[in-house]
Amino acid sequence: MDAVAGNREGRRKVRLATASLAGCFGCHMSFLDIDERLFELVERVEFDRSPLTDIKHCGPCDIGLIEGGICNAENVHVLREFRSHCKVLIAVGACAVNGGLPAQRNHLDLGQCLQEIYLTAPDVVSGQIPNDPELPLPLDKVHPIHEIVRIDYFIPGCPPSGDAIWKFLTDLLDGRTPRLGHPMLHFD
Amino acid sequence: MSEEGFDAGRLDELLRPVVDRHGGEPGQLVQILREAQGVVGYLPAAALTAIARALGLPRAQVEGVAGFYSFFHLTPPGRYRVLFSDNITDRMLGSGELLDRLCNKLWVERGKVSEDGLVSVDTTSCTGMCDQGPALLVNGQALTRLSGERVERIGELIRAQAPLADWPAEYFRVDDNIRRRDTLLSAEWPAGAALRAAIARGGEAMLAEMKLSNLRGRGGAGFTTAIKWESARRAECHAEADGRPAARYVVCNADEGEPGTFKDRVLLASYADLVFDGMSVAALTIGARQGLLYLRGEYAYLLPALRENLERRRRSGLLGRAVCGQAGLDFEIDIHVGAGAYVCGEETALLESLEGKRGIPRIRPPFPVTAGYRGQPTVVNNVETLCKAALIALRGGAWFAGLGTKQSTGTKLLSISGDVETPGIYEYPFGVSVNQVLQDCGAGNAQAVQVSGPSGICLAMHEFSRSIAFEDVPTAGAFMVFGTHRDMFEVARNFAHFFRHESCGFCTPCRVGTSLVANCMDKIAKGLGTQYEINQVFKIHRLLHAASHCGLGQAACNPLFDTLQKFRPAYERRLCSLDFEPAFDLDQALAAARQMTGRDDPAAHFGLAARLPGVTP
Amino acid sequence: MTQPSILLDGQPVPFADGQTIMDAAMAADIFIPHLCHHPEFKPQGSCKLCTVKASGRYVSACTMPARDGMEVENNSPDLNDKRRTLLQMLFVEGNHFCPSCEKSGNCMLQALAYELEMLSPHFDQFYPNRPVDASHPEVLLDFNRCILCELCVRASRDVDGKSVFSLSGRGIDKHLIVNAESGRLADSDFSWADKAAHVCPVGVILRKREGFAVPIGKRRYDVEPIGMQVERLAARSAGEAYEDCGEG
Repeated sequence: MDAVAGNREGRRKVRLATASLAGCFGCHMSFLDIDERLFELVERVEFDRSPLTDIKHCGPCDIGLIEGGICNAENVHVLREFRSHCKVLIAVGACAVNGGLPAQRNHLDLGQCLQEIYLTAPDVVSGQIPNDPELPLPLDKVHPIHEIVRIDYFIPGCPPSGDAIWKFLTDLLDGRTPRLGHPMLHFD
Repeated sequence: MSEEGFDAGRLDELLRPVVDRHGGEPGQLVQILREAQGVVGYLPAAALTAIARALGLPRAQVEGVAGFYSFFHLTPPGRYRVLFSDNITDRMLGSGELLDRLCNKLWVERGKVSEDGLVSVDTTSCTGMCDQGPALLVNGQALTRLSGERVERIGELIRAQAPLADWPAEYFRVDDNIRRRDTLLSAEWPAGAALRAAIARGGEAMLAEMKLSNLRGRGGAGFTTAIKWESARRAECHAEADGRPAARYVVCNADEGEPGTFKDRVLLASYADLVFDGMSVAALTIGARQGLLYLRGEYAYLLPALRENLERRRRSGLLGRAVCGQAGLDFEIDIHVGAGAYVCGEETALLESLEGKRGIPRIRPPFPVTAGYRGQPTVVNNVETLCKAALIALRGGAWFAGLGTKQSTGTKLLSISGDVETPGIYEYPFGVSVNQVLQDCGAGNAQAVQVSGPSGICLAMHEFSRSIAFEDVPTAGAFMVFGTHRDMFEVARNFAHFFRHESCGFCTPCRVGTSLVANCMDKIAKGLGTQYEINQVFKIHRLLHAASHCGLGQAACNPLFDTLQKFRPAYERRLCSLDFEPAFDLDQALAAARQMTGRDDPAAHFGLAARLPGVTP
Repeated sequence: MTQPSILLDGQPVPFADGQTIMDAAMAADIFIPHLCHHPEFKPQGSCKLCTVKASGRYVSACTMPARDGMEVENNSPDLNDKRRTLLQMLFVEGNHFCPSCEKSGNCMLQALAYELEMLSPHFDQFYPNRPVDASHPEVLLDFNRCILCELCVRASRDVDGKSVFSLSGRGIDKHLIVNAESGRLADSDFSWADKAAHVCPVGVILRKREGFAVPIGKRRYDVEPIGMQVERLAARSAGEAYEDCGEG
């Protein structure tokens, strides 16, 4: 755990990156719910790629937090970038952990979905399935992130509370195996 | 005829004789479903409703039973249902290519019914013809020695809609292939000789001979037969709630489903009198008046001859009331036919199936000797065990104990298949070395032997000096030989698929775990596996071994565990070097979206060229 | 004469003749994780969550008769690790999307996952396609969450005398079915008054037009871990299970 053990005694700060994939951004909002503890956190970590910094690509990091599952090609690229740059990668929230809400489409055929939404739905006029190369293509199924790359830790919850995220991160930074007891461990 | 292939209006008319033939007895449900499917073609929802009504059972229970067995069809199968035996020995003989060839010829996709409803082609678990494979079942009838030419011809016969009776009889020929005879296979006593010998001894003395013989069960577990018999003989039986009198039962387990095993097939085909004598001897010893033989569905072709044999025994006073002229000594034998469920080889699952239920192993205790068929004291013995009991009645326990080793008395039938010159049945005294067996069957370049089927043990070359005996390498009889040119990973993968297909689904670890390991093996086979998957297999193996409800689950990962220990490079050469890869092809996962959007640009693919700018691969 | 007892994790636990390890443990307020067990019904031992080590052998506590002097290991890292893996198997086998489930917080599967600190499903998800049955006027059947514990099967058969539910299929294709040719609950004689309507430990059998009477975070297992609720679990009756569905 030394590698990620940023501390207050002048050792280098821990680099932390975060990203939201197929999710609702709720886990990031919950992250912000650590409120004034953010000040304590930035004492110990510096942010790399994250919606908080607007850095677009992840450099070498100690910890990566991933919210959301994998529903399209871009999600895969971002996840792989995080995996190759982060020593410790953490799945945050229901979507990253088990696919969550986006995975509720998994029993539907993707082709039929696109057809219905963009071509045959009653309110569609001169519809077309979007095919701009700028848009990432959707995968046929949504997957939790541990089905794509190796994941080191999981923080379940929809979203996990700010307290849970804080507990998990401080455990990790202090060199303890992170542990969420009742009632911080919840799936809803 | 309606589109569904049966006349719904005539359903009751069709089913009534079937139900009546079984006296409207709910316990006969599996037999009734089997025969109902025979007359209707499959088991439509309305038929299940009608059967449930006729038997006074909840409909959901009937559907639950019908949905359990592989050979019951709730939707219309092809009028010709072709099922290729999918044991590894069939595959080694080219069954995979033959299946593809037949599918191509008939324009049908594997596992689907052809559009005209004529034919369906799929695989089934080992049909017990490993010595004369590749094999298949057509509408439940066994075919052997398939070749490219035969498969072509079968395709033509199906297209021409030729009735099975008009197919060349040669296709259905099943040989015994007895290669080595010892005391059992050279026995030539007339029907009833063993029974008369037992009658002359009397029940108590017969039991004493059994004890002296130290005969142990030939189904694999090796439980001492005399202890079973004595427990059942001493167990209290009681009148049943429905008024049935108190009774004890003898059950012959002929549900020989362990892949690679076919000895019981030969015993039932050519030594049926010895089997029935053995059942009668057991009945006499424990005081049973009813015997039940549970014949695996794959061996249904043996049914007419077995029934004829029973009829002959009745005529000659060996079966029925006052057997052999002994007033008060009554014994009758019924044959039940299974419907495609390996788990029913487990004795308590077999009892459930005999009672017309889903073949789920029972909680033990109580054991069948005190609460078995219909809750009554029941002895369940393997076919070979009963034959041995008949020999003991004839020649005495001391004679039997003089054969084999001290802890494994008598002889053992081995079903030998795979990379050998002369596959077939070999009878040896217990204690024979694996090397000796390999030499006798002409296994020139064996690298491994799977003894006792997938749930048994995989022996590598350095273990060939070990002996076949309960105290060393126990076996139910299967002996599959793999030459040095075989890929032991594919052997293990075949077994992993077998267990996934045959798990009854009762307990969580086996139901889910067998699927998880099969998926792991498929992932490794696709070149997407890593050390992670190997660790998964070990982890699931430990869990299944500890927490599964019955032997099937406990043994389900044995072949993977063994081959990972002994043939690890067969796995490792398939692993990709990365530390983790998804189980599915990411590029393929975009195919549907590519098709719908008409895109083919770099970002519409995974691969080096498709990486987003700024991302180093 | 002293009462016979087992040694449960080193602690003497008395039992009466005919009791299983589970019965004895529950009576002594000791928690053994379980899902398919319910004190009102005949034990069946299929979920295997209650796997313990008795006299050195792994057995199901709910079906294994207690024997005097039997040494039973229950709360150990080895057993809890195995139980966690079993939970993960159940989670990936079905579609357990807790955030949208009315049973969240009252669900035994989820509560055990909390108790055993299951943080992820670990395995690849199966994502089976299991359409819901909304045909019945009072009750919704969401098969996505079914863990095949057969409590509804047992309750309907043994208590209600209706056999509304049964299992069909085999192995990984095993699934819950309804006693009707159409397969629809509306075409069975099921009613909300049935015992079977109130025994589901997860969120399969739910009353329609009711939800969130108790807010998330305030429900049974949100308030107190399942391991601390042995007394209630032991005293469970179908009437009480009624509360699970939001009527409490």
